[in-house]
Amino acid sequence: MPGKIWIVVQHRDGKLHRMSREAVVAGQKLAAAVGGTAQAVVLGHGVEPVVEALTHYELDAVLVAEAEALVDYTPGAYIGVLAAAVAERSPTHLVFGHSYQNVDYMARLAQAVGGSLVSEVVGFEQGDEGLVWRRPIFGGKLQSRLRVSGPAPVVVSVQSGAFSADEAVAGSAERQSLDSAAAVPDREILGVEEVSGEHVDLTAAEIVVAVGRGLGDPQKMGIIEDLAAALGAEIGASRPVIDSGWLPRDRQIGSSGQTVAPKLYLAVGVSGAIQHLVGMKGAGTIVAINKDAGAPIFAIADYGIVGDLHEIVPALTAAVREAKAGS
Amino acid sequence: MKIAVCIKQVPDSEARLRVAADRRWIDEEDLRFVVNESDEYALEEALQIAEHTDGEVVVFSLGPERVREALRKCLALGASRAVHLADEAFAGGDAIATGRALAAAIQNGGFDLVVTGSQSDDVGFGATGSILAGHLDWPHVWLVMGVEIEEGGASAKVTREMESGMNEVIRLRLPAVLEIQAGLNKPRYASLKGIMQAKRKEIATVAPSDLGLDPSVVGAAGSRVETLSVAFPESSGGAEMIEGDAATAAGVLVERLRKEARVL
Ligand SMILES: Cc1cc2nc3c(=O)[nH]c(=O)nc-3n(C[C@H](O)[C@H](O)[C@H](O)COP(=O)(O)OP(=O)(O)OC[C@H]3O[C@@H](n4cnc5c(N)ncnc54)[C@H](O)[C@@H]3O)c2cc1C
Repeated sequence: MPGKIWIVVQHRDGKLHRMSREAVVAGQKLAAAVGGTAQAVVLGHGVEPVVEALTHYELDAVLVAEAEALVDYTPGAYIGVLAAAVAERSPTHLVFGHSYQNVDYMARLAQAVGGSLVSEVVGFEQGDEGLVWRRPIFGGKLQSRLRVSGPAPVVVSVQSGAFSADEAVAGSAERQSLDSAAAVPDREILGVEEVSGEHVDLTAAEIVVAVGRGLGDPQKMGIIEDLAAALGAEIGASRPVIDSGWLPRDRQIGSSGQTVAPKLYLAVGVSGAIQHLVGMKGAGTIVAINKDAGAPIFAIADYGIVGDLHEIVPALTAAVREAKAGS
Repeated sequence: MKIAVCIKQVPDSEARLRVAADRRWIDEEDLRFVVNESDEYALEEALQIAEHTDGEVVVFSLGPERVREALRKCLALGASRAVHLADEAFAGGDAIATGRALAAAIQNGGFDLVVTGSQSDDVGFGATGSILAGHLDWPHVWLVMGVEIEEGGASAKVTREMESGMNEVIRLRLPAVLEIQAGLNKPRYASLKGIMQAKRKEIATVAPSDLGLDPSVVGAAGSRVETLSVAFPESSGGAEMIEGDAATAAGVLVERLRKEARVL
Protein backbone atom coordinates (compact mmCIF):
# COMPACT_ATOMS: atom_id res chain seq x y z
CA MET A 1 0.00 0.00 0.00
CA PRO A 2 1.52 3.36 -0.97
CA GLY A 3 1.93 5.79 1.87
CA LYS A 4 -0.57 8.57 2.34
CA ILE A 5 1.01 10.92 4.85
CA TRP A 6 -1.01 13.61 6.57
CA ILE A 7 0.82 16.48 8.18
CA VAL A 8 -1.59 17.96 10.72
CA VAL A 9 -0.48 21.53 11.30
CA GLN A 10 -0.92 23.88 14.23
CA HIS A 11 -1.25 27.62 13.72
CA ARG A 12 -1.99 30.86 15.52
CA ASP A 13 -2.84 34.32 14.18
CA GLY A 14 -2.56 33.13 10.59
CA LYS A 15 0.93 31.68 11.04
CA LEU A 16 2.17 28.11 11.07
CA HIS A 17 3.62 26.96 14.39
CA ARG A 18 7.41 26.57 14.16
CA MET A 19 7.18 22.86 14.91
CA SER A 20 4.57 22.42 12.19
CA ARG A 21 6.99 23.76 9.60
CA GLU A 22 9.42 21.10 10.82
CA ALA A 23 6.61 18.52 10.67
CA VAL A 24 6.03 19.40 6.99
CA VAL A 25 9.66 18.47 6.30
CA ALA A 26 9.32 15.24 8.30
CA GLY A 27 6.17 14.41 6.34
CA GLN A 28 7.80 15.09 2.99
CA LYS A 29 10.78 12.91 3.93
CA LEU A 30 8.51 10.17 5.23
CA ALA A 31 6.57 10.18 1.94
CA ALA A 32 9.87 9.79 0.10
CA ALA A 33 11.06 7.00 2.44
CA VAL A 34 7.93 4.84 2.27
CA GLY A 35 6.94 5.76 -1.27
CA GLY A 36 3.80 7.84 -1.25
CA THR A 37 2.35 11.29 -1.06
CA ALA A 38 2.06 13.94 1.64
CA GLN A 39 -0.91 16.15 2.35
CA ALA A 40 -1.28 18.95 4.87
CA VAL A 41 -4.32 19.16 7.12
CA VAL A 42 -5.53 22.46 8.62
CA LEU A 43 -8.31 22.83 11.17
CA GLY A 44 -9.65 26.17 12.32
CA HIS A 45 -11.69 29.21 11.50
CA GLY A 46 -10.37 31.99 9.29
CA VAL A 47 -7.34 29.94 8.30
CA GLU A 48 -6.87 31.21 4.74
CA PRO A 49 -3.39 32.72 5.35
CA VAL A 50 -2.20 29.35 6.72
CA VAL A 51 -3.78 27.45 3.83
CA GLU A 52 -2.25 29.87 1.33
CA ALA A 53 1.22 29.36 2.87
CA LEU A 54 0.82 25.58 2.69
CA THR A 55 -0.16 25.59 -0.97
CA HIS A 56 3.41 26.66 -1.79
CA TYR A 57 4.93 23.43 -0.49
CA GLU A 58 5.35 20.27 -2.51
CA LEU A 59 2.27 18.49 -1.21
CA ASP A 60 -0.42 16.41 -2.81
CA ALA A 61 -3.18 18.57 -1.30
CA VAL A 62 -4.02 20.90 1.56
CA LEU A 63 -7.09 19.55 3.34
CA VAL A 64 -9.04 22.23 5.19
CA ALA A 65 -11.70 21.89 7.87
CA GLU A 66 -13.29 25.30 8.48
CA ALA A 67 -15.84 25.80 11.24
CA GLU A 68 -16.67 28.22 14.00
CA ALA A 69 -16.47 25.33 16.45
CA LEU A 70 -12.77 25.07 15.50
CA VAL A 71 -11.91 28.71 16.25
CA ASP A 72 -10.25 27.66 19.53
CA TYR A 73 -8.45 24.36 19.89
CA THR A 74 -10.37 21.71 21.84
CA PRO A 75 -9.58 17.99 21.72
CA GLY A 76 -13.24 17.09 21.24
CA ALA A 77 -13.64 19.18 18.09
CA TYR A 78 -10.22 18.30 16.65
CA ILE A 79 -10.54 14.56 17.26
CA GLY A 80 -14.11 14.59 15.95
CA VAL A 81 -13.13 16.15 12.62
CA LEU A 82 -9.91 14.20 12.18
CA ALA A 83 -11.40 10.82 13.12
CA ALA A 84 -14.17 11.30 10.55
CA ALA A 85 -11.65 12.37 7.91
CA VAL A 86 -9.37 9.40 8.66
CA ALA A 87 -12.31 7.00 8.33
CA GLU A 88 -13.24 8.52 4.98
CA ARG A 89 -9.80 8.94 3.42
CA SER A 90 -7.59 6.29 5.07
CA PRO A 91 -4.22 8.00 5.53
CA THR A 92 -1.35 5.68 6.50
CA HIS A 93 0.50 8.17 8.75
CA LEU A 94 -0.44 11.32 10.64
CA VAL A 95 2.55 13.53 11.40
CA PHE A 96 2.44 16.19 14.10
CA GLY A 97 4.92 18.56 15.68
CA HIS A 98 5.51 17.49 19.30
CA SER A 99 3.95 20.68 20.68
CA TYR A 100 1.91 20.95 23.89
CA GLN A 101 -1.32 21.37 21.92
CA ASN A 102 -0.68 18.35 19.72
CA VAL A 103 0.40 16.05 22.53
CA ASP A 104 -2.83 16.99 24.30
CA TYR A 105 -4.92 15.12 21.71
CA MET A 106 -2.91 13.08 19.24
CA ALA A 107 -2.66 9.95 21.42
CA ARG A 108 -6.39 9.95 21.96
CA LEU A 109 -6.88 10.41 18.23
CA ALA A 110 -4.67 7.36 17.57
CA GLN A 111 -6.78 5.35 19.98
CA ALA A 112 -10.06 6.68 18.54
CA VAL A 113 -9.21 5.65 14.97
CA GLY A 114 -7.80 2.25 15.92
CA GLY A 115 -4.27 3.22 14.94
CA SER A 116 -1.04 3.32 16.88
CA LEU A 117 1.14 6.02 18.39
CA VAL A 118 4.83 6.88 18.35
CA SER A 119 5.50 10.03 20.31
CA GLU A 120 8.41 12.46 19.93
CA VAL A 121 10.46 10.85 17.18
CA VAL A 122 13.81 12.31 16.19
CA GLY A 123 14.19 10.29 12.99
CA PHE A 124 13.19 7.25 10.97
CA GLU A 125 14.80 4.82 8.53
CA GLN A 126 13.29 2.51 5.99
CA GLY A 127 15.50 -0.60 5.88
CA ASP A 128 15.72 -4.37 6.36
CA GLU A 129 13.69 -4.17 9.54
CA GLY A 130 10.95 -2.15 7.84
CA LEU A 131 10.20 1.41 8.89
CA VAL A 132 12.04 2.08 12.15
CA TRP A 133 11.42 5.12 14.35
CA ARG A 134 14.05 6.60 16.66
CA ARG A 135 13.14 8.49 19.83
CA PRO A 136 14.76 9.51 23.10
CA ILE A 137 13.99 7.78 26.39
CA PHE A 138 15.06 8.69 29.95
CA GLY A 139 15.23 12.40 29.15
CA GLY A 140 17.58 11.85 26.22
CA LYS A 141 20.08 9.68 28.09
CA LEU A 142 19.17 6.76 25.82
CA GLN A 143 17.52 6.30 22.45
CA SER A 144 15.09 3.60 21.41
CA ARG A 145 14.27 2.17 17.99
CA LEU A 146 10.64 1.23 17.47
CA ARG A 147 8.67 -0.62 14.83
CA VAL A 148 4.92 -0.48 14.35
CA SER A 149 2.74 -3.26 12.99
CA GLY A 150 -0.99 -3.61 12.50
CA PRO A 151 -3.64 -1.45 10.91
CA ALA A 152 -3.06 2.16 9.81
CA PRO A 153 -2.79 4.92 10.65
CA VAL A 154 0.39 5.45 12.62
CA VAL A 155 0.23 8.72 14.52
CA VAL A 156 3.67 10.24 15.11
CA SER A 157 4.94 13.49 16.56
CA VAL A 158 8.37 14.89 15.75
CA GLN A 159 10.60 16.42 18.37
CA SER A 160 11.32 20.13 18.19
CA GLY A 161 14.44 20.72 16.09
CA ALA A 162 14.77 17.14 14.84
CA PHE A 163 13.97 18.28 11.31
CA SER A 164 15.03 21.59 9.82
CA ALA A 165 12.23 23.78 8.45
CA ASP A 166 14.71 25.08 5.85
CA GLU A 167 14.69 21.71 4.11
CA ALA A 168 11.04 22.00 3.06
CA VAL A 169 10.54 21.29 -0.62
CA ALA A 170 8.63 24.07 -2.37
CA GLY A 171 5.98 23.31 -4.93
CA SER A 172 2.29 23.76 -5.26
CA ALA A 173 -0.68 22.06 -3.67
CA GLU A 174 -4.37 22.31 -4.24
CA ARG A 175 -6.90 23.10 -1.51
CA GLN A 176 -9.59 20.56 -0.68
CA SER A 177 -12.33 20.79 1.91
CA LEU A 178 -12.86 18.40 4.79
CA ASP A 179 -16.19 17.87 6.47
CA SER A 180 -16.27 19.64 9.84
CA ALA A 181 -19.70 18.49 11.03
CA ALA A 182 -18.07 16.42 13.80
CA ALA A 183 -16.45 19.47 15.44
CA VAL A 184 -17.91 19.32 18.94
CA PRO A 185 -15.86 21.21 21.57
CA ASP A 186 -15.50 19.40 24.90
CA ARG A 187 -14.02 22.35 26.81
CA GLU A 188 -15.07 25.91 27.42
CA ILE A 189 -12.15 28.27 26.87
CA LEU A 190 -12.15 30.94 29.58
CA GLY A 191 -8.95 32.78 28.67
CA VAL A 192 -5.18 32.89 28.54
CA GLU A 193 -2.90 34.22 31.26
CA GLU A 194 0.78 34.73 31.92
CA VAL A 195 2.35 32.17 34.26
CA SER A 196 4.20 34.55 36.54
CA GLY A 197 3.25 38.12 37.27
CA GLU A 198 6.67 39.57 37.99
CA HIS A 199 9.16 39.12 35.23
CA VAL A 200 12.90 38.70 35.15
CA ASP A 201 13.94 39.12 31.53
CA LEU A 202 16.68 36.55 31.06
CA THR A 203 16.73 37.14 27.30
CA ALA A 204 18.67 40.38 27.74
CA ALA A 205 21.49 38.77 29.74
CA GLU A 206 24.86 38.30 28.02
CA ILE A 207 25.82 35.53 30.41
CA VAL A 208 23.46 33.05 32.08
CA VAL A 209 24.38 30.58 34.82
CA ALA A 210 21.69 27.90 34.78
CA VAL A 211 21.33 25.70 37.82
CA GLY A 212 19.73 22.25 37.73
CA ARG A 213 18.50 19.66 40.17
CA GLY A 214 22.11 18.49 40.51
CA LEU A 215 22.61 21.30 43.04
CA GLY A 216 20.88 18.88 45.40
CA ASP A 217 20.06 21.36 48.14
CA PRO A 218 18.60 24.88 47.89
CA GLN A 219 20.81 25.92 50.83
CA LYS A 220 23.75 25.61 48.43
CA MET A 221 22.42 28.28 46.05
CA GLY A 222 25.13 30.63 47.36
CA ILE A 223 27.82 28.99 45.20
CA ILE A 224 25.70 29.69 42.11
CA GLU A 225 25.06 33.28 43.21
CA ASP A 226 28.78 33.81 43.76
CA LEU A 227 29.65 32.48 40.31
CA ALA A 228 26.93 34.62 38.68
CA ALA A 229 28.17 37.70 40.54
CA ALA A 230 31.78 37.07 39.49
CA LEU A 231 30.69 36.68 35.86
CA GLY A 232 28.12 39.49 35.89
CA ALA A 233 25.55 36.86 34.90
CA GLU A 234 21.85 36.28 35.45
CA ILE A 235 20.75 33.07 37.16
CA GLY A 236 18.41 30.76 35.26
CA ALA A 237 17.21 27.29 36.16
CA SER A 238 15.81 24.00 34.91
CA ARG A 239 12.24 23.17 35.69
CA PRO A 240 12.68 20.89 38.74
CA VAL A 241 14.58 23.68 40.52
CA ILE A 242 11.55 25.92 40.06
CA ASP A 243 9.00 23.17 40.76
CA SER A 244 10.73 22.48 44.09
CA GLY A 245 10.49 26.14 45.02
CA TRP A 246 14.28 26.74 45.06
CA LEU A 247 13.90 29.71 42.67
CA PRO A 248 10.88 31.66 41.36
CA ARG A 249 9.11 30.51 38.19
CA ASP A 250 10.28 33.48 36.12
CA ARG A 251 13.83 32.06 36.11
CA GLN A 252 12.83 28.87 34.30
CA ILE A 253 14.55 28.22 30.99
CA GLY A 254 13.04 25.86 28.46
CA SER A 255 9.93 25.01 26.52
CA SER A 256 7.62 26.19 29.33
CA GLY A 257 9.89 29.03 30.38
CA GLN A 258 12.11 31.55 28.69
CA THR A 259 14.14 31.03 25.53
CA VAL A 260 17.57 32.62 25.82
CA ALA A 261 20.53 33.02 23.50
CA PRO A 262 23.27 34.67 25.59
CA LYS A 263 26.86 34.76 24.42
CA LEU A 264 27.81 32.44 27.29
CA TYR A 265 25.62 29.83 29.00
CA LEU A 266 26.85 27.71 31.89
CA ALA A 267 24.68 24.68 32.66
CA VAL A 268 25.47 23.50 36.18
CA GLY A 269 23.95 20.20 37.32
CA VAL A 270 21.53 20.24 34.38
CA SER A 271 21.11 16.91 32.54
CA GLY A 272 20.06 18.42 29.19
CA ALA A 273 16.51 17.15 28.60
CA ILE A 274 15.01 18.40 25.32
CA GLN A 275 12.53 20.66 27.14
CA HIS A 276 15.51 22.48 28.62
CA LEU A 277 17.63 22.45 25.46
CA VAL A 278 14.99 24.16 23.31
CA GLY A 279 15.26 27.16 25.63
CA MET A 280 19.04 27.62 25.40
CA LYS A 281 20.58 25.81 22.44
CA GLY A 282 20.94 29.11 20.58
CA ALA A 283 23.52 30.33 23.11
CA GLY A 284 26.90 31.32 21.65
CA THR A 285 29.19 29.31 23.91
CA ILE A 286 27.83 26.57 26.16
CA VAL A 287 29.67 25.20 29.19
CA ALA A 288 28.38 22.11 31.01
CA ILE A 289 29.40 21.02 34.49
CA ASN A 290 27.98 17.63 35.42
CA LYS A 291 29.13 14.61 37.39
CA ASP A 292 27.73 12.23 34.76
CA ALA A 293 29.97 12.06 31.68
CA GLY A 294 27.02 10.62 29.74
CA ALA A 295 24.65 13.53 30.47
CA PRO A 296 22.99 14.68 27.21
CA ILE A 297 23.98 18.30 27.91
CA PHE A 298 27.56 17.49 26.88
CA ALA A 299 26.39 16.71 23.34
CA ILE A 300 25.48 20.36 22.73
CA ALA A 301 28.11 21.97 24.96
CA ASP A 302 31.34 23.54 23.69
CA TYR A 303 33.26 22.91 26.90
CA GLY A 304 32.56 20.30 29.53
CA ILE A 305 33.86 19.48 32.98
CA VAL A 306 32.92 16.16 34.54
CA GLY A 307 32.84 16.33 38.30
CA ASP A 308 31.10 17.47 41.46
CA LEU A 309 29.68 20.94 40.96
CA HIS A 310 30.17 21.67 44.66
CA GLU A 311 33.92 21.56 44.04
CA ILE A 312 34.06 22.93 40.52
CA VAL A 313 31.75 25.94 40.87
CA PRO A 314 33.65 27.58 43.76
CA ALA A 315 36.93 26.89 41.93
CA LEU A 316 35.51 28.47 38.80
CA THR A 317 34.33 31.52 40.75
CA ALA A 318 37.84 31.93 42.12
CA ALA A 319 39.40 31.54 38.66
CA VAL A 320 37.02 34.10 37.15
CA ARG A 321 37.75 36.59 39.95
CA GLU A 322 41.45 36.08 39.53
CA ALA A 323 41.29 36.52 35.76
CA LYS A 324 39.21 39.67 36.09
CA ALA A 325 41.55 41.10 38.74
CA GLY A 326 44.52 40.45 36.46
CA SER A 327 43.10 42.03 33.33
CA MET B 1 -15.23 12.99 45.42
CA LYS B 2 -13.94 9.57 44.64
CA ILE B 3 -10.68 9.96 42.76
CA ALA B 4 -8.54 7.41 40.92
CA VAL B 5 -4.84 8.22 40.61
CA CYS B 6 -2.61 6.35 38.15
CA ILE B 7 1.07 6.20 38.95
CA LYS B 8 4.10 4.65 37.30
CA GLN B 9 7.26 3.50 39.01
CA VAL B 10 10.43 4.55 37.18
CA PRO B 11 14.19 4.47 37.85
CA ASP B 12 15.43 7.27 40.07
CA SER B 13 16.70 10.23 38.01
CA GLU B 14 20.18 9.70 39.47
CA ALA B 15 20.29 6.04 38.42
CA ARG B 16 23.24 4.86 36.35
CA LEU B 17 21.52 3.25 33.40
CA ARG B 18 22.88 0.20 31.59
CA VAL B 19 21.48 -1.43 28.48
CA ALA B 20 20.14 -4.97 29.10
CA ALA B 21 21.84 -7.97 27.49
CA ASP B 22 19.04 -8.39 24.92
CA ARG B 23 19.30 -4.63 24.14
CA ARG B 24 15.53 -4.23 24.28
CA TRP B 25 15.40 -2.30 27.54
CA ILE B 26 17.63 -1.25 30.41
CA ASP B 27 19.05 -3.70 32.92
CA GLU B 28 16.82 -3.11 35.94
CA GLU B 29 18.96 -5.01 38.42
CA ASP B 30 20.23 -2.92 41.35
CA LEU B 31 18.39 0.19 40.18
CA ARG B 32 16.52 2.33 42.68
CA PHE B 33 12.90 2.86 41.61
CA VAL B 34 10.70 5.78 42.62
CA VAL B 35 7.25 7.18 41.86
CA ASN B 36 7.39 9.08 38.55
CA GLU B 37 7.89 12.80 39.19
CA SER B 38 4.69 14.26 37.72
CA ASP B 39 2.71 11.40 39.30
CA GLU B 40 3.81 12.59 42.75
CA TYR B 41 2.24 15.95 41.97
CA ALA B 42 -0.85 14.12 40.64
CA LEU B 43 -1.27 12.19 43.88
CA GLU B 44 -0.86 15.36 45.94
CA GLU B 45 -3.48 17.19 43.87
CA ALA B 46 -5.89 14.29 44.25
CA LEU B 47 -5.31 14.12 48.01
CA GLN B 48 -6.02 17.85 48.32
CA ILE B 49 -9.22 17.60 46.27
CA ALA B 50 -10.33 14.60 48.30
CA GLU B 51 -9.68 16.50 51.54
CA HIS B 52 -11.78 19.45 50.36
CA THR B 53 -14.63 17.30 49.14
CA ASP B 54 -14.68 14.69 51.88
CA GLY B 55 -13.66 12.11 49.34
CA GLU B 56 -11.14 9.34 48.89
CA VAL B 57 -8.22 8.47 46.66
CA VAL B 58 -7.60 5.05 45.16
CA VAL B 59 -4.26 4.56 43.46
CA PHE B 60 -3.64 2.32 40.43
CA SER B 61 -0.41 1.10 38.94
CA LEU B 62 0.54 -1.36 36.22
CA GLY B 63 3.91 -3.06 36.54
CA PRO B 64 5.94 -5.87 38.09
CA GLU B 65 6.20 -6.88 41.75
CA ARG B 66 8.45 -3.91 42.64
CA VAL B 67 5.52 -1.56 41.95
CA ARG B 68 3.97 -2.57 45.29
CA GLU B 69 6.60 -0.47 47.03
CA ALA B 70 5.48 2.63 45.08
CA LEU B 71 1.84 1.87 45.83
CA ARG B 72 2.68 1.44 49.52
CA LYS B 73 4.25 4.89 49.48
CA CYS B 74 1.07 6.38 48.01
CA LEU B 75 -0.93 4.68 50.76
CA ALA B 76 1.41 6.18 53.35
CA LEU B 77 0.79 9.62 51.83
CA GLY B 78 -2.97 9.24 52.23
CA ALA B 79 -4.53 7.09 49.50
CA SER B 80 -7.11 4.75 51.02
CA ARG B 81 -6.36 1.68 48.94
CA ALA B 82 -4.43 0.54 45.90
CA VAL B 83 -4.97 -1.64 42.84
CA HIS B 84 -1.98 -3.35 41.27
CA LEU B 85 -2.26 -4.52 37.66
CA ALA B 86 0.41 -7.09 38.29
CA ASP B 87 -0.19 -9.92 35.89
CA GLU B 88 2.63 -10.86 33.50
CA ALA B 89 0.11 -10.42 30.65
CA PHE B 90 0.06 -6.65 31.26
CA ALA B 91 3.83 -6.33 30.68
CA GLY B 92 5.36 -4.79 27.59
CA GLY B 93 2.28 -2.83 26.59
CA ASP B 94 2.38 0.22 24.35
CA ALA B 95 0.53 3.38 25.38
CA ILE B 96 -2.77 2.24 23.90
CA ALA B 97 -2.71 -1.21 25.53
CA THR B 98 -1.69 0.24 28.90
CA GLY B 99 -4.44 2.88 28.68
CA ARG B 100 -6.94 0.14 27.88
CA ALA B 101 -5.95 -1.92 30.92
CA LEU B 102 -6.07 1.06 33.31
CA ALA B 103 -9.43 2.17 31.92
CA ALA B 104 -10.88 -1.29 32.48
CA ALA B 105 -9.64 -1.26 36.07
CA ILE B 106 -11.14 2.17 36.75
CA GLN B 107 -14.31 1.94 34.68
CA ASN B 108 -16.81 0.48 37.12
CA GLY B 109 -15.33 1.89 40.31
CA GLY B 110 -17.74 4.83 40.56
CA PHE B 111 -15.00 7.46 40.19
CA ASP B 112 -15.73 11.16 39.76
CA LEU B 113 -12.25 12.02 38.57
CA VAL B 114 -9.06 10.37 37.33
CA VAL B 115 -5.76 12.11 37.99
CA THR B 116 -2.49 11.04 36.34
CA GLY B 117 0.94 12.54 35.77
CA SER B 118 1.55 14.17 32.41
CA GLN B 119 4.44 12.03 31.24
CA SER B 120 6.69 9.25 32.47
CA ASP B 121 10.35 10.00 33.10
CA ASP B 122 11.42 6.76 31.39
CA VAL B 123 9.51 6.33 28.11
CA GLY B 124 7.82 9.73 28.09
CA PHE B 125 5.09 9.37 25.46
CA GLY B 126 2.81 11.74 27.40
CA ALA B 127 -0.08 9.59 26.22
CA THR B 128 -1.43 7.20 28.84
CA GLY B 129 -3.81 9.67 30.50
CA SER B 130 -5.49 10.87 27.32
CA ILE B 131 -5.78 7.32 25.95
CA LEU B 132 -7.30 6.23 29.24
CA ALA B 133 -9.77 9.11 28.85
CA GLY B 134 -10.55 7.95 25.32
CA HIS B 135 -11.33 4.45 26.55
CA LEU B 136 -13.59 5.91 29.29
CA ASP B 137 -15.07 8.48 26.87
CA TRP B 138 -14.40 11.26 29.37
CA PRO B 139 -12.82 14.66 28.63
CA HIS B 140 -9.15 15.10 29.51
CA VAL B 141 -6.50 17.79 29.83
CA TRP B 142 -2.71 17.38 29.49
CA LEU B 143 -0.26 19.55 31.47
CA VAL B 144 -2.64 20.66 34.21
CA MET B 145 -1.19 23.49 36.32
CA GLY B 146 -4.28 24.27 38.40
CA VAL B 147 -7.60 22.67 39.35
CA GLU B 148 -10.71 24.20 40.92
CA ILE B 149 -13.66 21.90 41.43
CA GLU B 150 -16.94 23.71 40.72
CA GLU B 151 -20.68 23.12 41.05
CA GLY B 152 -20.22 20.52 43.76
CA GLY B 153 -18.16 18.30 41.47
CA ALA B 154 -20.10 18.71 38.21
CA SER B 155 -17.36 20.69 36.49
CA ALA B 156 -13.79 21.88 36.97
CA LYS B 157 -11.90 25.03 36.09
CA VAL B 158 -8.51 23.87 34.91
CA THR B 159 -5.33 25.73 34.06
CA ARG B 160 -3.42 24.14 31.21
CA GLU B 161 0.21 24.94 30.47
CA MET B 162 1.01 26.29 27.02
CA GLU B 163 4.43 26.95 25.57
CA SER B 164 6.58 29.97 26.53
CA GLY B 165 5.20 30.99 29.86
CA MET B 166 1.48 31.14 29.09
CA ASN B 167 -1.43 29.20 30.57
CA GLU B 168 -4.90 28.61 29.19
CA VAL B 169 -7.85 28.52 31.58
CA ILE B 170 -10.66 26.17 30.60
CA ARG B 171 -13.77 24.59 32.07
CA LEU B 172 -14.80 21.01 31.53
CA ARG B 173 -17.51 18.64 32.68
CA LEU B 174 -16.71 15.93 35.18
CA PRO B 175 -15.95 13.07 35.30
CA ALA B 176 -12.71 13.78 33.47
CA VAL B 177 -9.06 12.75 33.34
CA LEU B 178 -6.58 15.40 34.50
CA GLU B 179 -2.95 14.85 33.53
CA ILE B 180 -0.95 16.82 36.06
CA GLN B 181 2.21 18.75 35.20
CA ALA B 182 5.04 18.85 37.74
CA GLY B 183 5.16 21.95 39.88
CA LEU B 184 1.52 22.79 40.54
CA ASN B 185 1.62 21.98 44.27
CA LYS B 186 4.01 20.91 47.03
CA PRO B 187 3.90 17.13 47.44
CA ARG B 188 3.71 16.20 51.13
CA TYR B 189 6.05 13.87 52.96
CA ALA B 190 4.78 10.68 54.53
CA SER B 191 4.29 10.90 58.28
CA LEU B 192 5.28 8.08 60.61
CA LYS B 193 1.59 7.58 61.33
CA GLY B 194 0.87 7.42 57.60
CA ILE B 195 3.58 4.81 57.10
CA MET B 196 2.19 2.70 59.94
CA GLN B 197 -1.38 2.96 58.65
CA ALA B 198 -0.29 2.07 55.12
CA LYS B 199 0.80 -1.35 56.33
CA ARG B 200 -2.82 -2.21 57.03
CA LYS B 201 -4.26 -0.79 53.82
CA GLU B 202 -5.24 -3.06 50.96
CA ILE B 203 -3.30 -3.52 47.73
CA ALA B 204 -5.58 -5.54 45.45
CA THR B 205 -3.88 -7.51 42.70
CA VAL B 206 -5.79 -7.85 39.45
CA ALA B 207 -5.30 -9.90 36.29
CA PRO B 208 -6.87 -9.24 32.86
CA SER B 209 -9.65 -11.74 33.56
CA ASP B 210 -10.65 -9.75 36.69
CA LEU B 211 -11.20 -6.77 34.41
CA GLY B 212 -13.11 -8.66 31.76
CA LEU B 213 -10.19 -8.32 29.35
CA ASP B 214 -8.78 -11.01 27.14
CA PRO B 215 -5.00 -11.29 27.75
CA SER B 216 -4.50 -10.79 23.99
CA VAL B 217 -5.64 -7.14 24.14
CA VAL B 218 -3.24 -6.00 26.87
CA GLY B 219 0.53 -5.97 27.35
CA ALA B 220 2.88 -6.95 24.55
CA ALA B 221 0.23 -9.16 22.92
CA GLY B 222 -2.19 -6.23 22.63
CA SER B 223 0.45 -3.79 21.40
CA ARG B 224 1.51 -2.72 17.94
CA VAL B 225 4.54 -0.70 18.89
CA GLU B 226 7.58 -2.88 19.48
CA THR B 227 10.95 -1.77 20.85
CA LEU B 228 13.67 -3.24 18.65
CA SER B 229 16.58 -1.88 20.66
CA VAL B 230 17.75 0.79 23.06
CA ALA B 231 21.21 2.33 23.07
CA PHE B 232 23.21 5.29 24.27
CA PRO B 233 23.14 7.96 21.58
CA GLU B 234 26.28 8.25 19.49
CA SER B 235 28.05 11.35 20.71
CA SER B 236 27.98 13.88 17.91
CA GLY B 237 31.36 15.51 18.45
CA GLY B 238 30.12 17.46 21.42
CA ALA B 239 32.11 19.31 24.01
CA GLU B 240 35.83 19.67 24.53
CA MET B 241 36.19 17.93 27.87
CA ILE B 242 38.47 19.69 30.31
CA GLU B 243 40.31 17.37 32.68
CA GLY B 244 42.11 17.81 35.96
CA ASP B 245 41.20 18.60 39.55
CA ALA B 246 38.63 21.34 40.21
CA ALA B 247 41.14 24.22 40.39
CA THR B 248 43.05 23.09 37.30
CA ALA B 249 39.92 22.50 35.23
CA ALA B 250 38.44 25.85 36.33
CA GLY B 251 41.66 27.63 35.34
CA VAL B 252 41.77 25.96 31.92
CA LEU B 253 38.10 26.71 31.31
CA VAL B 254 38.50 30.42 32.10
CA GLU B 255 41.52 30.49 29.80
CA ARG B 256 39.48 28.90 26.97
CA LEU B 257 36.56 31.26 27.52
CA ARG B 258 38.89 34.27 27.31
CA LYS B 259 41.33 33.30 24.58
CA GLU B 260 39.41 30.85 22.42
CA ALA B 261 35.69 31.63 22.77
CA ARG B 262 36.39 35.25 23.70
CA VAL B 263 33.32 35.56 25.87
CA LEU B 264 34.99 36.75 29.08
C1 LIG C 1 5.78 19.31 29.04
C2 LIG C 1 7.07 19.47 29.76
C3 LIG C 1 7.64 20.72 29.84
C4 LIG C 1 8.87 20.91 30.45
N1 LIG C 1 9.40 22.16 30.46
C5 LIG C 1 10.65 22.33 30.94
C6 LIG C 1 11.30 23.61 30.89
O1 LIG C 1 10.74 24.61 30.43
N2 LIG C 1 12.56 23.70 31.37
C7 LIG C 1 13.23 22.62 31.89
O2 LIG C 1 14.40 22.77 32.29
N3 LIG C 1 12.64 21.42 31.97
C8 LIG C 1 11.36 21.25 31.52
N4 LIG C 1 10.77 20.02 31.63
C9 LIG C 1 11.43 18.96 32.42
C10 LIG C 1 12.51 18.23 31.66
O3 LIG C 1 11.94 17.15 30.96
C11 LIG C 1 13.56 17.65 32.64
O4 LIG C 1 12.92 16.86 33.59
C12 LIG C 1 14.34 18.73 33.36
O5 LIG C 1 14.86 19.67 32.43
C13 LIG C 1 15.47 18.12 34.15
O6 LIG C 1 16.07 19.10 34.96
P1 LIG C 1 17.54 18.89 35.51
O7 LIG C 1 18.45 18.71 34.38
O8 LIG C 1 17.82 20.02 36.45
O9 LIG C 1 17.39 17.60 36.40
P2 LIG C 1 17.92 16.11 36.15
O10 LIG C 1 17.50 15.61 34.84
O11 LIG C 1 17.56 15.34 37.36
O12 LIG C 1 19.49 16.29 36.07
C14 LIG C 1 20.30 16.64 37.14
C15 LIG C 1 21.72 16.54 36.65
O13 LIG C 1 22.61 16.95 37.68
C16 LIG C 1 23.73 16.10 37.68
N5 LIG C 1 24.29 16.13 39.03
C17 LIG C 1 23.76 15.63 40.16
N6 LIG C 1 24.55 15.90 41.20
C18 LIG C 1 25.62 16.57 40.74
C19 LIG C 1 26.81 17.10 41.32
N7 LIG C 1 27.03 17.02 42.64
N8 LIG C 1 27.69 17.72 40.52
C20 LIG C 1 27.48 17.83 39.19
N9 LIG C 1 26.37 17.35 38.58
C21 LIG C 1 25.45 16.72 39.34
C22 LIG C 1 23.21 14.75 37.27
O14 LIG C 1 24.24 13.97 36.71
C23 LIG C 1 22.13 15.13 36.25
O15 LIG C 1 22.64 15.14 34.93
C24 LIG C 1 9.52 19.81 31.03
C25 LIG C 1 8.94 18.55 30.99
C26 LIG C 1 7.73 18.37 30.36
C27 LIG C 1 7.14 17.02 30.30
